[in-house]
Order: sequence, then structure tokens, then C-alpha cells
Amino acid sequence: MLTPILLVTLIVGGACLLSWPLGTYMASLFSGRFARADSVFIRAAGTAPDQGWKQYSIALLVFNAVMFAFVFLLLATQHLLPLNPDGQSAAPLDLVFNTAASFTTNTNLQHYSGESSWSYLAQLGGLMWLQFVSAATGIAALVALARGIGGQASMGNFFLDLQRAAFCLLLPLAIIVACFIALRGVPMTFDGAATVTTLEGTIQTIARGPAAAFVAIKQLGTNGGGFFGPNSTHPFENPDFWANCFQMISIILIPMACVWMFGRIIGRMKHAGVIFGVMLIFLLVKIGGAVMFESVPTHAFAHLPVMADVGNLEGKELRLGAATGPLWSVLTTSTSNGSVGAMHDSLNPLTGLMPMAGMWLNATFGGVGVGMINMFLYIVVAVFIAGMMVGRTPEYLGHKVEGREMRLAILALLSHAVLILGGTAIFAATAWGQDSLGNVGAHGFSEILYEFSSAGANNGSGFEGLKDNTIPWNIATGLVMLVGRYLPIIVPLAIVGSLMAKKRSAESAGTLSVEGGTFGTMLVITILIFGALTFFPAAALGPIAEHVSLMH
Amino acid sequence: MIYLLPSLRLWLVTLLVCVVAYSALVFGFAQTFIPYRANGSIIEISGRAVGSELVAQNFAAPRYFWPRPSAVDFDGMGAGGSNLSPTSPELASLAAQTVARYGATADNPVPADLVAASGGGLDPDISLAGALYQAERVATARHISPDLVRKLVRDTASAPGGVFAPEPIVNVLELNLALDRLAQ
Repeated sequence: MLTPILLVTLIVGGACLLSWPLGTYMASLFSGRFARADSVFIRAAGTAPDQGWKQYSIALLVFNAVMFAFVFLLLATQHLLPLNPDGQSAAPLDLVFNTAASFTTNTNLQHYSGESSWSYLAQLGGLMWLQFVSAATGIAALVALARGIGGQASMGNFFLDLQRAAFCLLLPLAIIVACFIALRGVPMTFDGAATVTTLEGTIQTIARGPAAAFVAIKQLGTNGGGFFGPNSTHPFENPDFWANCFQMISIILIPMACVWMFGRIIGRMKHAGVIFGVMLIFLLVKIGGAVMFESVPTHAFAHLPVMADVGNLEGKELRLGAATGPLWSVLTTSTSNGSVGAMHDSLNPLTGLMPMAGMWLNATFGGVGVGMINMFLYIVVAVFIAGMMVGRTPEYLGHKVEGREMRLAILALLSHAVLILGGTAIFAATAWGQDSLGNVGAHGFSEILYEFSSAGANNGSGFEGLKDNTIPWNIATGLVMLVGRYLPIIVPLAIVGSLMAKKRSAESAGTLSVEGGTFGTMLVITILIFGALTFFPAAALGPIAEHVSLMH
Repeated sequence: MIYLLPSLRLWLVTLLVCVVAYSALVFGFAQTFIPYRANGSIIEISGRAVGSELVAQNFAAPRYFWPRPSAVDFDGMGAGGSNLSPTSPELASLAAQTVARYGATADNPVPADLVAASGGGLDPDISLAGALYQAERVATARHISPDLVRKLVRDTASAPGGVFAPEPIVNVLELNLALDRLAQ
């Protein structure tokens, strides 16, 4: 039991410590502290006037439309373009649509295996590019929201913020991580696959490629899309224990730092501390559950002469250590990363519930930028409910929260549940879902539920036994990812725009504090009721039913 | 238009910096300082590439140590796991076949890592226990002393992550290469 505790302390503790200075740096970066860099960025964009919530949102959407269009074209024409040493052929358009939507929305759901689907140009120029700019989009949106709610007159300029995030935050970190994991063994070559003659005399062809650059930004930007099919279980993406630790910290680092940055921009570090604490509690509870549930061997070996002295090893890599599978599964789904360090489909049933819960809540640190935005929605609801309970006008940071803001917040929160549960219901009831299952029974239902949770939460991980490269799956999850990305970004900006238009009142002794344990508790309860309870019936049909069936 | 033009300008700038310059930088670093790693850790024996240090290859002969099962049959171009759940009857029957291959019995159960397929299907390592479990078979097939084989296994084994991941593992290709060197 000591080893997993040490590992969790190293990863989560290390990330917490690093997130503090990084949050400070991000706050000064986005406050225009680096004037010389900013002037270069303004020249690159042409102009950078102050924007209100509508202009900022439109700029964001237009740039994201350009992202989608360019990568759609690049993927669709990869077979005609250079940097294709393994001769990848033309991809079907439904897969191109799904993949372009997936990487534009920072989801990185992958209905393909990279080594047998995309050329090096498609992977680097299309997918890796989106891993930078989609992450930068999320961070920019949070910065705009924080400026608005913090009382600044304008939300800033999207084109300036995007460059600050991409060039001054993601790029330097990616260079550090890429060089480190390359040292540990992640390949960085433009040569095609290697052909070797094994000791027993058979020919083995081994895919490789420019993976180190790709893997670094995949982790830092909560993207999660792997260069190779099995993602971070592939030895070339995750060659040893230390590369593994570096990557796990990279997954959670910027989402954590986003909370501190938010606190600094609004000038309320104690409030940020409460939010960080609430997120950390949820994270640790999920990690504890996952590590515990996964310490039991897979039930499939129960009646065989197999040693039962270690936990479930199906779908896990020995070099990464026993606790990595469950720990990574929680980190990657608490944030909207979605890379995997073990195969989630083979996790014990209740372990598999932990990543699903992470995607349902989608705010326990969450995706870069957007995780904190989702938490903002929960905060608005919590403040409103608390205000009603004590019988006074709900206020958040001096802004009156009224019916209009509440309606918008509920719209955004409910859309998450509707996308996931609605999609699951349709596919579970029809041949679209039933014909694509990799496992039978309750676990088959879990595969469908997981896929829609992953698409709706812009996560990207999967129960990969599901045969999801079909036209219905590609189109349905493509649409869910798009709605699940832009609605929860635009609606909160609209809420803040609405709050900004009102006169801000000074906080008094009668104002409900957002800094203490009472508020933290209220926030936890709100998240549990809205996030967890909505999904409990679905959980009962999937992982919980499967777990109960094991007892017989 | 006031949004499209800056978007197109940023499209170009971010592509040049985040894709072209960034990839070139990492590529230059890796190929200059660690070309062996950068090109896939390919092991060459007298000029012939025999495998990657990091990628499992199949061994089926009794004279070699066997790797963990691979759901993709060690396909370096299509890696992946079994994706079978603990309630899967298919997983149980696959495991039964593996158990039979090792001739495991209730008195001599096989270590779990030799039965469970890895996530990528290319895990290059087995546990120390999994290697020692096979030592007798390898020694018999090679007509050498089991103690010699066990010593070789222990010399090759290492803990992957110090106190954070102390269970020792053995790289199968490295171990088998050492066995072959011993025979020469």
C-alpha cells in the first residue's frame, strides 16, 4: 500500500507545487507584463483592439472554424502530400470529419490508429498544430472570463491572448517535456517504420516517427491524442517510469495553474484556494477509489492457476509501475486529457467508474482553461442556491446573479448531461451501438456510455474495445464534441457579459463569503447533486451492474 | 472580415512556430545528442537490426524467455490491447490457453503478468518472478545449469522506478541476447 501512496504524492504533490509559480507567471503573461512580446503578437495579428464578450466569442469561433477547415483539408488530402514514408492512403471522409472535430475541440477522441492511418505531415501539421491552438483557445477563453468577472472594462483581445498562450506558455513547456521524454526513449525521426529480423528469424516492422514533439504537447494541452494507436501504453510514447512521471505531471500541471491564474486576475487568491481545495478533494477521492479497486486481480483469471499477488495487469505496462494505470486513468479524465496509461476497457468495473465520474463532473481541474470555466458554472449555481437559502440576493464577486444568468448556467450544465445520456440512449437502443460492442452484457453498455461521456466532456479516452470507426459513431460523436466544446465556452462568456453590464456593488458583511469552508462545502454539494446524481442511473446500468454481477 | 483576416494571419504564424520551428528544434536536439533513442532504440548485432530495445518481439521457442501475451501478435504497425473486461468469457479462455502453454498447476501457479496482455501489446518487459518461472525450461532446452540462467535473470533485472515502483522487471530481448552470448 505504501508504494501507490508514494507515487500519488510524487505526482499530485509535485504538480501542486509547480502549479503555484506557473499560475503566477500566467497571470503576469496575460496582464501584459511582457510588452515587447505583446507588440510582436499585435503586429502578427494586424490589430488587437479591446473586445467585449460578443466580439471575443466571434473571434474565437472564427479562428476555430479556420482550424477545423484547414485540418479537414489536410487530412482529406494526405495521400497527395509529402512526408508520408509509410504510404498512408486516403482516409474516409466521415473519419476525417470526426478527427478534425476531435482535435479542434481539444478532445482527441481517436477512431483510428495513428501509425496505420495518418502521414507524418497530417500528424504534425494537422493534429499537433491543433493540439497547440485548441489548448491556447481554452486558456484564452478563461482569461477573458476572469477579466470580465474581475471587474475589468474589456475582456481583452482573443488574437493576442491566443498567441500569448501558444508561444509564451505551451511552447516553452513543450520543448522541455519533448526533450526530456526523447532522452528517455520517445523517437523523433522522419524515417519510416524500422524493419528488423527477430532472434527467432521472423520479420517485425516497427512504426516510429516524430513522436517526442507530438507527445509533449498532447499531455500539456490536455489534448491526449496519441501518436500511436494504444496511446501512452505504447513503449515509444511512454518508454520508462520517469518519462511516465513527467507525463503525468504534465497532464495536470496547467489545469491546476489555471485556478491560481484565475485567482490572481480577479485578485482573490483565497477564493482560488477554496476552488483549488474542492477540486483537489474530488481528485484524491477518485484516485483513492481507483487505486483500491484496481488492486484486485482481473476476475477473468479467478478460476485459473494464476498468482493473485498483484492487482489487475490486463492492459497494463510493467515498466510504469503498478499504481500508474488507475492513477493515470483518474488524472486523464479529471482533466480533459484523455491519453491512457492503461487500457480503460480492461479496468475492474468500479475502477472504470472513476474515469467516467471524472468526465461527468468535468471540473475537477478539467481541461486547460475550460475546466475552470466549468467550475465557474457550478459556482454560479452554488451562489444562487446559497443566496436563496438564506433569503438574500445572490452575489458573486459583487455581481448580482439573477434569473437570466441562472438560466444560462443551467443551460450549459444540462447540455452536458443531455449530450451524454441522450447519445447513449439512442446508441444503446439501436444497431448503431449494439453492433459495435467489444464486450457483452453490462460492460457493453459501459462502452457506449463511456464513448459519449468522452465526446461530451471533450476528453478523448475510450473503452477501446468499441468498434467506433463507423459512419454513425463518427458523425454522432463529432457533433457531440462540437456542441460540447463551444456551448460551455460561449455561454459562460455570455453570463459574464451580462454581469459586466450591471452596476457592481461593494461586498459587505452581509454578502455571502466565497472564501471559507462553508462556501467550499456548498460547492461540493452542488457539484455532487448536479454532476454526480444526474449520471447515477446510467452508472447503475453499466459499471455498477457489472460489479454486482461479479459477486455471483 | 475583421475576424477572418487576423485568423488567417495567426494560422500561418502558429503553423510556422508551433509546428515547423518546434519540430525542427526537437528533431535537431534528439538526432544530435541521442540518435539511438531518436530512431527507435534499434539494437544491431554485427550490422543486422534484431529488434527495438523498447518493443516486445515474439519468442515461442523453449530456449528463449517468452514475453507477455500480445493481443495484436507483436504487430509493430498496429499496436493495441485486448480491451477485454474482467467479466469477459473470451479473456478467461485466452488466459486458459496461456496457462496451458506454461503448464501451470494449482501448486505451481504462473505469475499474472505472463498471462495478462499489456496495453500496447508491445511491453518489452516481464516481472522478475515471471522470468524466474521460465528459467528451468530455458535451462533444460539449452542444456545448461538452471542456476546459471537464474543468475543471468537476476543480473538483468532492475526496479523501474526506485521506491516509487520497486517491483523488479526484466527486458526480455536483452535477457535473450545475453543468453545467446553465453552460448557462443
